[in-house]
Amino acid sequence: MSPEINPLALFVASIFTSNILLANFLGMCSFISISKDMKSSNGLGLAVTLVLFVTAGMNWVVYNLVLVPLGLEYLRYIIFIVVIASIVQIIEMIIDRVSPRLYITLGIFLPLITVNCAILGVSLFMEIRQYSFVQSLTYGLGSGLGWWLAIMLLAAIRRRVEKAPVPAGLKGPGITVITIGFMAMAFIGFGGMLPVQ
Amino acid sequence: MSDVATPTAILKENVWTSNPIFMQVLGICSALAVTNLLVNTWIMTLGVVGVTAMSNLTVSLLKTFIPRKVRMMVQTLIIAFYVIIVDILLRAYLPDISRALGPYVGLIITNCIIMGRAEAFAQSNPPLISLWDGLTSGLGYMGVLLAIALFRELLGFGTLFGYQVLPNAFEPWIIMVMPPSAFFLLGILIWVAKSIMIKQGEPV
Repeated sequence: MSPEINPLALFVASIFTSNILLANFLGMCSFISISKDMKSSNGLGLAVTLVLFVTAGMNWVVYNLVLVPLGLEYLRYIIFIVVIASIVQIIEMIIDRVSPRLYITLGIFLPLITVNCAILGVSLFMEIRQYSFVQSLTYGLGSGLGWWLAIMLLAAIRRRVEKAPVPAGLKGPGITVITIGFMAMAFIGFGGMLPVQ
Repeated sequence: MSDVATPTAILKENVWTSNPIFMQVLGICSALAVTNLLVNTWIMTLGVVGVTAMSNLTVSLLKTFIPRKVRMMVQTLIIAFYVIIVDILLRAYLPDISRALGPYVGLIITNCIIMGRAEAFAQSNPPLISLWDGLTSGLGYMGVLLAIALFRELLGFGTLFGYQVLPNAFEPWIIMVMPPSAFFLLGILIWVAKSIMIKQGEPV
């Protein structure tokens, strides 16, 4: 990863070609359990996008302006988790104040997000690939949108699959995982367009 | 979770009947990405086994001191503590593998299995049996991932643990190196495991 990648290209790439979920396998736990229902998927997708965008920027600031000067890079896992947990808490309080209606939609999903691998994963990728601040922001936002898109697509497909005759042993998680495999193939097919990652 | 928690019952339950991956589809986040080579998978899952066991032990030892309200946060910090140890050990002794695993070592923290075991078992059981529970859950996880890695490395590179086993004439399957194959193989494994369970008449 060189630091010269155009942030815009990074944004598009993180939605399609290197979708955080389908290419990096992050955020699978809640992805599979929530995608049974489209409405919840939408809420969770929105929440993930919001939190990813804010935490990517925040963790960049904390890592590069606090941890690196102090030589405390090895503490990054703990610090990232604490930053994510506190941001989720703050966002929850702000939404509660500003828009009670949105809070009802997002309320139950926000606490789930702290342990969503995608959030921590984006922060770690950003640190390993040495993104700049702007790149981190676009990468965070793009990854969130990519995750949102993927969960909505899967939720829609699962509604159809539920009515299809599936062998007993493959019902539930089995067929879902295979569906995700096909989605992953489709998304990676975009790869030729953007040779970024 | 059965009420009579004997070590053998826990072993069977965690490795087979409620294997974290087959039955609960948990914790695959941080792991599918490393299953393209057996060596990486082996090291990674070894780390997960260690962290699950140790964090279960610690949570169980500390359970009377942790206020209920902040227990999630404390559990996360305990897990993060062990993951940092694993990460530093890997960097020191296996720098190549550490680089190949990249961020996925850190992502052990958010592996749902570890948190799930701490919450579901260690929180309400004595230390030693919790250690055992963590160990066996980790082993169940390790088994599935190694099985996936076995196929992916064999078909994708023609090697096992880096040694060539298939003849040169074998054309490697590129798809096996790419992410979708991990999903397909996992799906097939779940299918096989569940079908066997249905045959045996176990509740699925």
